[in-house]
Amino acid sequence: MQSRRTSRIRIKVLVAKVGLDGHDRGAKVVARALRDAGFEVVYTGLRQTIDQVVAAAIQEDVDIIGINQHEGSHIHIARKLMQKLKEAGAEDIAVVMGGSIPLVDVEPLKALGVKEVFLPGTPIAEIVRRLEEIVKGGQIASEAEA
Amino acid sequence: MKLIEREKMTELYRGEAKEEIERSLRRWEQEVLPEWLSRMPEREKEFVTLSGVPLNRLYTPLDLKDHDYMQKLGFPGEYPFTRGIHATMYRARIWTMRMFSGYGGPEETNERLKMLIRAGETGLSLAFDNPTLVGVDPDDPLAEGSVGIVGVSVPTLLDMEVIFRDINLGEVTTNMTINPPAPVLLSFYLAVAEKQGVPYDKIGGTTQNDPLKEFIAQKTYVFPPEAAVKIAVDVMEWSVKNLPKWNPVSISGYHIREAGATAVQELSFTLADGIEYVRQLMARGMDVDEFAPRLSFFFDSHINFFEEIAKFRAARRMWAKIMKEWFGAKKPRSMWMRFHVQTAGCSLYPQQPWINIVRTAIEALAAVLGGCQSLHTNSFDEPFRVPSEFAAKIALRTQQIIAYETGVADVVDPLGGSYFVEWLTDEIEERAWKYIDKIEKMGGMLEAVKKGFPQREVEEAAYKFQKEVEEGKRIIVGVNAFREEGEEDVRRVPLLEFNQEEVERRQVERVRRVRASRDQERWKRALDELERAAERGENVMPYVLNAVKAHATLGEIMATLKRVYGTYAEPPYF
Amino acid sequence: MSNPLDLIERAKKGDKRALGRLLTLLEEISAENAWVLERLSSESGRAHVIGITGMPGSGKSTLISRLIRAFRDKGYKVAVITIDPTSPISSGSIMGDRVRMQEHATDAGVFIRSVTNRGILGGVSLAALAMIEAFDVMGYDKIIVETVGVGQSETDIMNVADTIVVLTMPGAGDDVQALKAGVFEIGDIYVVNKSDRPDAVRTYEYMLFVAEKEALGRGGSWKPLVIKTSAALGLGIRELAEAIERHLSYVRESGEKERRLLARRAHLMKLVAVRALLGALEEVMREEGESVSKVAKDMRGFYDEAMRIVKLTGKRVS
Ligand SMILES: Nc1nc2c(ncn2[C@@H]2O[C@H](COP(=O)(O)OP(=O)(O)O)[C@@H](O)[C@H]2O)c(=O)[nH]1
Ligand SMILES: [Mg+2]
Repeated sequence: MQSRRTSRIRIKVLVAKVGLDGHDRGAKVVARALRDAGFEVVYTGLRQTIDQVVAAAIQEDVDIIGINQHEGSHIHIARKLMQKLKEAGAEDIAVVMGGSIPLVDVEPLKALGVKEVFLPGTPIAEIVRRLEEIVKGGQIASEAEA
Repeated sequence: MKLIEREKMTELYRGEAKEEIERSLRRWEQEVLPEWLSRMPEREKEFVTLSGVPLNRLYTPLDLKDHDYMQKLGFPGEYPFTRGIHATMYRARIWTMRMFSGYGGPEETNERLKMLIRAGETGLSLAFDNPTLVGVDPDDPLAEGSVGIVGVSVPTLLDMEVIFRDINLGEVTTNMTINPPAPVLLSFYLAVAEKQGVPYDKIGGTTQNDPLKEFIAQKTYVFPPEAAVKIAVDVMEWSVKNLPKWNPVSISGYHIREAGATAVQELSFTLADGIEYVRQLMARGMDVDEFAPRLSFFFDSHINFFEEIAKFRAARRMWAKIMKEWFGAKKPRSMWMRFHVQTAGCSLYPQQPWINIVRTAIEALAAVLGGCQSLHTNSFDEPFRVPSEFAAKIALRTQQIIAYETGVADVVDPLGGSYFVEWLTDEIEERAWKYIDKIEKMGGMLEAVKKGFPQREVEEAAYKFQKEVEEGKRIIVGVNAFREEGEEDVRRVPLLEFNQEEVERRQVERVRRVRASRDQERWKRALDELERAAERGENVMPYVLNAVKAHATLGEIMATLKRVYGTYAEPPYF
Repeated sequence: MSNPLDLIERAKKGDKRALGRLLTLLEEISAENAWVLERLSSESGRAHVIGITGMPGSGKSTLISRLIRAFRDKGYKVAVITIDPTSPISSGSIMGDRVRMQEHATDAGVFIRSVTNRGILGGVSLAALAMIEAFDVMGYDKIIVETVGVGQSETDIMNVADTIVVLTMPGAGDDVQALKAGVFEIGDIYVVNKSDRPDAVRTYEYMLFVAEKEALGRGGSWKPLVIKTSAALGLGIRELAEAIERHLSYVRESGEKERRLLARRAHLMKLVAVRALLGALEEVMREEGESVSKVAKDMRGFYDEAMRIVKLTGKRVS
């Protein structure tokens, strides 16, 4: 699975925890599973600010930012993250979210530009498949542009 | 019965009786079983518990071969306390129904607490928001968007006063799930009690104050491991000497389990944490019987019913042994493992959320059959956010049904003597000792945590579990089996709604008002004194209390301590 | 995809997004994009490349985070390349070194990039070496490369840094082991990290002895330094930063820096060559599988067969 803009052999994902929420079980399980599925995963550790996440995503030039949130502040985070990515000229980096997110919040998150929301219990295989799809989708789009 | 008397032995079955059982079992296995197996093949090749303990088809007295009744079980209220720490258990008093609650600002939480008291709750338990848990004020940049979400925001003494408005601290007991900032929150509480005119010896409750497990799970660490343990032990030492009814620590396996540990890991890591604290307190010259009765524990109750019951029973027996044989405790109370239980939040799923009520009921039943002292039952909307009033009430009623309708509270340790339960209790104990042994060889839990040992073990287990679920080896109703298309019922869950932004604004404003209106000189002096005392390595508790009374905020006190002790960031364990 | 020239221009103006993408381009050097590196290298050669190596857990990432602060205080721009040692070639990887340096992520004068093994021999070093050229052109004064010392010239970038810092820590135990691995022969500066631990003194003395002994067998006038640090508590960092600066003066004045730059670029070319050869060799082996299998049966004429493969490989790449 090739990354969209680059000659990269593997998809590169930033897995981040924003704010003070310490529930990192999900983030770590996903990070490991993505690695086992052949992704390059950059892990930021806990208690990141949005600015730090954006900076890391840009410096690492990742294809996808995955935010795992269990606190309930996901809408707030998504809004700010999308805005900051735009300011940094990095809105083409796809953002996905997961964690304890109520279904009713999925639509608002997508409206903010979040590409996918993974609710608890989503099989990892499904996450992997969707991420590949998202990256591939981007590739097709950028090829069409060219 | 005669047999036992004759041989003056305490094993369940001896001699001829056992031989007879053995002969019959062999016959059954050879003559009866094969036909059944061919006619009705078993569902699985191997049955294992949630923690991976393989199970036999059937348990008989033969599985308790060297089971010495007096040594392994004894009687409730007596060493080794396997059957319960009290002789009469729930026949005398039902466990404390302690519902973890708190959200928004202190006003919202005050309302919620009063509602729970009216509904018959007998002990309070405060949940704090993430900024409070890691000790930053609501106007800290890291707190943005987090204030009041997962619990109540308590950055100042004033907030604590509002939470307990119209609640007499002499009449309730309060559990505070707080770790690195424990000295601060305890001081807030004490200062409120003082204002209410309640003397120290009437104040009851618990501060979780268990920093070791923060490095393994939950991850609200602030200070590096050594300093974190030092400060926690400060609180324990001071509290034992000044607050006769306070539990200064709740040694917690709950979060370790929630982070993905097995039951055996939860048990052994919790005990190893406890062992570390006992050693630290003894190193300060305290007598074990002086502080041990004030140590309390906190476990998870997961969905694998018998494994949980066995875990609780093994925990009591192991702790009694540790206290008596390792540390030379003399008082029976020092050997008691008193524990709170919370049903497993991680066993609840958003798919078909109503069925979480059933999971919680089963888990709560296991906790009761395991002999817990207090219990929190999760609300079915737990996977979404802080419980709504409706959901919290169902959870509390679940406990009341178990207590007053089912009859399970009418006999002490009703599962004692079950071949299976006793075997599993022994098995879990044996596996847990192995872990404890390993940790002892590393130099105790503080060293093990510094090496990342329990952290890696838990992560490994979490990953393994996830894989098993995905491979369909573990069935989770509504998630990977018996799914329902359409999301209707998820949308019908009436979630708790409150204006978070409004709460955040209010909390930011209040903390700023407090900072502006206090006696600045007294405040500055109190923080300076705290810093000097910390540098000298003194017990920080009296100085924190003093700073709280001078209206220093949570964030300010924590910042002062961070300057002296440094901070911690987790290495990337994978 | 954006035009590489455009990326270079924007990156020069401090656009980190552009630099990030430029680095991605350099992760896979090929005949088609070799000109990009050529272009960059025509302007590079100024920066100070600092290699930091040592066993996993010795505190490299933590120490680098401290060094970033020290260098920033002096007004330098700092780039960090962390090379993930753990990823097995066949699968993905988790890069976690950033965790320790994330506090600097938002500093305009700091750029941190994680690189992983991409499944070809020398792949790690090749990408990192190419990135060094880019960082250099973009005005990064200090380029710090974190890697686990393996002591194999083929994969070890350490051989081509201007200043090599070797980390050790108390109780690392296998002093002899490390000696054997050759790690202690390459250092310009030896650091005994975790000196907050009581057993650090012994390790420090041992390292002094090693450095002393080693200085005898070296050319040049640089005598390896031994410095005690505690990255956790921030002790000895200034001394280390100063030592690194002193070494920079030394390599500059002695002409060593020029020599190391050329060695670094020669190494880069060698890695490109190795990669091409190995790729071609794999192909040829596959194509000649039948013939090779036949020889393998009784091994008659195996040497000639191997040489035939070499010739075919040579033809393939030329
Ligand atoms: N006691 C102590 N621990 C340190 C020191 N430097 C790093 N560590 C710890 O050592 C572990 C590994 O550090 P890290 O920087 O990730 O090492 P790396 O694998 O070499 O990059 C972490 O737990 C650090 O907190 C130090 O100076 N003293
Ligand atoms: Mg590292």
